[in-house]
Amino acid sequence: MVEFALPKNSKITGGKTWPKPAGATETREFNVYRWNPDDGKNPSVDTYYVDIHDCGPMVLDGLIWIKNHIDPTLTFRRSCREGVCGSCAMNIDGQNTLACTCSMHDVKDGAVKINPLPHQPVVKDLVPDLTNFYAQYASIEPWLKTTTPTPQKEWKQSHEDREKLDGLYECILCACCSTSCPSYWWNSERFLGPAALLQATRWVKDSRDEATGERLDNLEDPFRLYRCHTIMNCAKACPKGLNPSEAIAELKLKMVERQI
Amino acid sequence: MSAPDSPPKSMRTPLGRVRNLGASHSGTSDFWRQRVTAVAMVLLMVPVIVVVMMLLGRNQAGAAQILGSAPIAIIMLLFIIASVWHMKIGMQVVIEDYIHGEKLKLASIMANNFFCIAVALASIYAILKLSSGV
Repeated sequence: MVEFALPKNSKITGGKTWPKPAGATETREFNVYRWNPDDGKNPSVDTYYVDIHDCGPMVLDGLIWIKNHIDPTLTFRRSCREGVCGSCAMNIDGQNTLACTCSMHDVKDGAVKINPLPHQPVVKDLVPDLTNFYAQYASIEPWLKTTTPTPQKEWKQSHEDREKLDGLYECILCACCSTSCPSYWWNSERFLGPAALLQATRWVKDSRDEATGERLDNLEDPFRLYRCHTIMNCAKACPKGLNPSEAIAELKLKMVERQI
Repeated sequence: MSAPDSPPKSMRTPLGRVRNLGASHSGTSDFWRQRVTAVAMVLLMVPVIVVVMMLLGRNQAGAAQILGSAPIAIIMLLFIIASVWHMKIGMQVVIEDYIHGEKLKLASIMANNFFCIAVALASIYAILKLSSGV
């Protein structure tokens, strides 16, 4: 059955409150999930105060400021700091999003509450283990598959066909959508999740691809595809403004289309 | 959320675990039937409400007289078939979502099938009995 209670070693305890930075005229409170696999303790929520006049406007700026000025052990992923790499996906104030594109001023009054992406194993602090998520992406075989011999130059595609990939190719695989999906929480071993299915749609709709039927065969399954109940948390969470629900609906439509 | 301190139960690769037994190549029929029965119920809703209102406060003889009309009996039969079919698929989806033990899941799906067939046959039998006036 579904587990509604957290395992004993996952229960979050009160954490450390770090002192306010000396000389700061205005601070913002950050409540950050902490868990260290090496100390054997339960997770906790630490409280930090960020000097907002010494720090950039985004939540990621705040985390980097904390790491540089208060607590170098705070662990999180980040790279491009402009919403392109998807590394800094985390749950901020109850919403999965990218820390680098989420302004701390947009988080409503009170503390900025930061947790790792939900329902994934935690490696440390804000770093989730996305092994299963990446394997699911690999399982949809996200590359061009053709039987026709490769042309001398490029595979051609009309402007109209290229436009069909808009809203799909922009996905950066940050996992905000999949980890916000209740169906994915309950069945992440078998349901591919919104991100992998949106990517599958991207290849199913690519006019250059010659393996559309095989791709649909590989998805036609009560769990891989049909666990999606159009809850639409994915579309709400996507920091790139994409709509995985719509992409999945297109897959379902194609499944029906080839049967009727 | 499972803490990564517990040793993995299997040494299978992540891709092997995701591919697992492969796609079952099914599910589309249930998906389509759920939509068909939903549309059917929308279309049948108003006539069924009208029939139910006509039946209100009548005794068995009165009900038998109304259901003796072939179009009315057919509307009621269609509604029973559409709604029970929809209920069966919907409940199966809920079971598949929330019950993870294979044995309990199979038993629940079987019980769901039995229950829906029993409800459908009992309702169909009642409508036919009343409509044929036996």
